Amino acid sequence: MATVAEDRLFGKSIKRREDPRFITGRGQYVDDVKLPGMTYAAFVRSPHPHAVIKGIDASAARQVPGVIAVYTGEDVKVGGLPCGWMLPDIKVPPRPALASGKVRYVGEPVAIVVAESVYAAKDGAEAVRVDYQPLKATVNPKSAHDKGAPKLFDDIPDNQCFYWTIGDKAATEAAFKSAATVVRQPLVNQRLIPNAMEPRACVASFSPAMGDLTLWVTSQNPHVHRLLMAAFILGIPETKMRVIAPDVGGGFGSKIFVYNEEVVACWASKTLGRPVKWTAERRESFMNDAHGRDHVTEAEMAFDRDGKITGLRVKTHAALGAYLSTFAPLIPSFLYGPLLSGVYKIPVIFCEVWGMLTTTAPVDAYRGAGRPEATYLVERLMDRAADQLGVDPTELRRRNFIPKFTDGTPYQTPVAFAYDSGDYEPALRRALQMAGYDALRKEQELGRKQGRLIGIGVTTYIEACGPAPSAVAGSLGAGAGLWESGQVRVHPTGAVSVYTGSHSHGQGHETTFAQLVADELGIPMEQIDIVHGDTAQIPFGMGTYGSRSACVGGSAIFRSLEKVKEKGRKIAAHLLEAGEQDLVFEKGAWSVKGAPGKSKAWGEVALMAYLAHNIPQGMEPGLEATSFYDPTNFTFPFGAHVAVVEIDPDTGHVKILRYVAVDDVGRVINPMIVDGMVHGGIAQGVGQALWEHGIYGEDGQLVTGSMMDYALPKADQLPMYETDRTVTPSPVNPLGVKGAGETGTIASTPTIVNAVIDALSGQGVTHLDMPLTAEKVWKAAAASRK
Amino acid sequence: MYPAAFEYHAPASVREALGLLGQYKDDAKLLAGGHSLVPMMKLRLAQPKHLIDLKKIPGLSYIKEDGGAIAIGAMTTHWQVESSALLKQKCPVLSETAAVIGDPAVRNLGTIGGSLAHADPAADMPATIIAHGAEFVCEGPKGRRTVKVDDWFLGLMSTAVKEDELLVEVRVPLWAGKTGGAYLKFPHPASRFAVVGAAAVVTLDGAGKCTKAGVGITGAGIKAVRARDVEAGLVGKNLDQATIEAAAAKAAEGVDVQADLQGSVEYKSHLCRVFARRALEAAVKRARG
Ligand SMILES: Cc1cc2nc3c(=O)[nH]c(=O)nc-3n(C[C@H](O)[C@H](O)[C@H](O)COP(=O)(O)OP(=O)(O)OC[C@H]3O[C@@H](n4cnc5c(N)ncnc54)[C@H](O)[C@@H]3O)c2cc1C
Repeated sequence: MATVAEDRLFGKSIKRREDPRFITGRGQYVDDVKLPGMTYAAFVRSPHPHAVIKGIDASAARQVPGVIAVYTGEDVKVGGLPCGWMLPDIKVPPRPALASGKVRYVGEPVAIVVAESVYAAKDGAEAVRVDYQPLKATVNPKSAHDKGAPKLFDDIPDNQCFYWTIGDKAATEAAFKSAATVVRQPLVNQRLIPNAMEPRACVASFSPAMGDLTLWVTSQNPHVHRLLMAAFILGIPETKMRVIAPDVGGGFGSKIFVYNEEVVACWASKTLGRPVKWTAERRESFMNDAHGRDHVTEAEMAFDRDGKITGLRVKTHAALGAYLSTFAPLIPSFLYGPLLSGVYKIPVIFCEVWGMLTTTAPVDAYRGAGRPEATYLVERLMDRAADQLGVDPTELRRRNFIPKFTDGTPYQTPVAFAYDSGDYEPALRRALQMAGYDALRKEQELGRKQGRLIGIGVTTYIEACGPAPSAVAGSLGAGAGLWESGQVRVHPTGAVSVYTGSHSHGQGHETTFAQLVADELGIPMEQIDIVHGDTAQIPFGMGTYGSRSACVGGSAIFRSLEKVKEKGRKIAAHLLEAGEQDLVFEKGAWSVKGAPGKSKAWGEVALMAYLAHNIPQGMEPGLEATSFYDPTNFTFPFGAHVAVVEIDPDTGHVKILRYVAVDDVGRVINPMIVDGMVHGGIAQGVGQALWEHGIYGEDGQLVTGSMMDYALPKADQLPMYETDRTVTPSPVNPLGVKGAGETGTIASTPTIVNAVIDALSGQGVTHLDMPLTAEKVWKAAAASRK
Repeated sequence: MYPAAFEYHAPASVREALGLLGQYKDDAKLLAGGHSLVPMMKLRLAQPKHLIDLKKIPGLSYIKEDGGAIAIGAMTTHWQVESSALLKQKCPVLSETAAVIGDPAVRNLGTIGGSLAHADPAADMPATIIAHGAEFVCEGPKGRRTVKVDDWFLGLMSTAVKEDELLVEVRVPLWAGKTGGAYLKFPHPASRFAVVGAAAVVTLDGAGKCTKAGVGITGAGIKAVRARDVEAGLVGKNLDQATIEAAAAKAAEGVDVQADLQGSVEYKSHLCRVFARRALEAAVKRARG
């Protein structure tokens, strides 16, 4: 396998080519789509968390001027929304596009109103009368399991969707029996609500003349959207459906999934013969976009006399919400349990997960998806253990690191994963050096004497990116392969269009992928076009999530580049009347070794491929290649983060004084873009640690359903980040890249919590559940002061 | 976020606006900067049939010295208050308070009159206005009347302005002698409104004794209030640290503290005391110069 040569555009902070259109308001988002005869949809949503629908009266709504039609669950005849990941013995409840018979969470769509204007649609929705008979809510994944908890579905006992385990139970129990020390900690990983800048939206347009359907939708994976909708929901051939995900303003996972609204809009467009547009209001996003996290966990770690980990035992109740979102079962199972080994040598692990139905919005992948939950658990336990064992938390981590393995031999954990490569100590060393760890500890000590509450938090993490080897994914329950496609089409001038199955919704693919192409073909970025997000243009592709674009999508493109170069070399050799082995490709031209005057530029070769006047005998004209790259393993980025915080003992306010992040994401194509992802990721993780919480009251109402109540991080609450990288190339793919989209989110949550608990450790505090709101911190500081 | 249908009116004078108010009564709402009203309309929590926009009325936006007070027109934006040279020189706490309201977009449209008429329990300006002992000028069909600040805030989002009236002016007495003030808030992590905010204005005599003190508390209760017990603990005394602390310890008294997601009654009462103390410390420091 060829690997890329050092130092061309690879590794340069090229400014993002897509930004001029974004920052001047010229992006083309779904809501910018305007079609002749377009209609507008509004949804009537359940105000109850759990209720029987006794009747729907839409007569007044139909009288509202401008209203064209009102449809309920009785009318909309389409298949239910499928779940794309199966686990053994899983019970999959039916998920209708519009509620039928019962509603099971606040915000569940009950009816659609289609009108000539958005205003008329909203007025119509307000006029629909629904008669509900309220039932009791159950919002907590642990108590939903209790006998006597309200049941969401008659045929799903105890609201338990699945019970899943990983690891060796007997061996783990034995390890705990012989342990010198056991650290126990119940943990809540609270529910989060994703908030992409662009809310979800769709425009469905059925053409009665052609009999086909075009759907513009805010999707991270348009082909997956098309497959699920055409085959499973609408029952039409894929050839009759085109899905376009144009500019998409952020996803964080929430736009992977197929949702009710686009399904109903498609059906309504077909029924009415007119385009139907729907754009979420922010409060609809809060209620109906898939949420993240929401685990209630008991975790225990066993240690021997030397402070070496001998076992880990985990019991987690994970909320899935009222219905199974597209990949819901995957997140608290295979994206969670296999991460529990962290960067540590843990001989035995046993993890049990109960997948629970709750009367809340569905829960699915949210930036990090399972890995943040696992990392938080492991890193909190490490700090608890350091405290209990009386050793410095960095020392305890060092003692337990998996030793360096960078020779291509993977490290096999007891929970399925074989890490591709790793060298954990240098990242920690670098982070501690940047932070000035020893000096910080002294400053902390000194501060304590003056009544200052300063805390230092450290996390060493691993994460798994680049899902995934398709056969492995299949064996674990995936309803799809997880390879990626990349097509390189060379035009007669030598300019290149790249069609990628990856989807950019903030990641900057138009820049990074073009950097790869420019390097390989020696042509300027201006001659390279990166095309994505349209099933009519690109080969079947799997989309973007799980930090997979560079390592899986980029590798597919790279393979195709190799193929077109290979053919180009043959044509050049033919034209130069030289042997292929005598040619060198440099700066966009082939030349004959030792005969500097004899050369053919990339453009000349491309032109000849299309003129086909003089190409090797038997060769087909044209110059393009398609590759489907199936990775042989996940990639495993890792790193060390350090935070310094100070607590205002009067108010409990946590101020982040410093934040140091050293990440190893393998080779880096565009450092500026990676820095941007790390920065945003850290902010998102800090948000979980300190502020964000999707709260459902006991009555099932969403309490934090707007930006007035749900506290997203803001710039003035965050410090200037100090970042650096170590570089351990991944042996898994030809680019040596790993994935950088989620590391910040995964590492920063435990880093901040560890820092806050460290600040309070002088007061005897050992743990607080997130978010560490000012009141919680103040109470903890005050209570222990007494 | 689409409001229900309404009719829009843009009167050119206060008289015309009052005429429309009289005509449509309960069905009408005055529109100032729209940064409290319009969000409520978009959520359809408010569905006025008629909106009477005050923006086209000339002469409602000004900041000027007028007979021992600074007179501020109701339609003066938060940004104008924040950036006013006159206020910065003579009444700086008003500018400082305006500067911590929302973000630049909010401050460029939101108005002092709108904020004080809306009386959001977590709004910033009410605390500062109370601490300054300001007065409100309302204009109705029968002409103008003046309302003292202590009679202004009546309850949750309810003030002394009558249904047939407009708030046209806020009058803030000029600082005399050795006066200092401050407004400090604990911002809500999501909305940035005040979880608790405290404003203090103190005047000292030549010997450093407090001759006048105004302390306003916002955020904690259903409306902004004057912290009378705190003020009583200051006037006539030398404002050393112990005196300030003892006075500030009474900051939650008389506040109808409401528990919510941001805090229990206990915590918010505590924040009232902390922020009253901090505002007083800053005010005294400034008064001493
Ligand atoms: C994102 C955001 C953040 C904000 N953050 C803060 C914050 O941190 N702190 C804070 O204090 N505020 C904050 N606000 C509120 C902001 O200050 C508003 O501008 C203010 O509360 C209302 O002023 P307005 O001019 O916008 O009034 P409008 O919204 O136009 O009117 C509000 C109410 O007052 C009535 N009214 C307006 N003018 C008059 C008048 N002259 N006479 C009688 N009645 C009148 C209206 O009829 C209406 O009922 C925020 C608002 C937003 C949207």
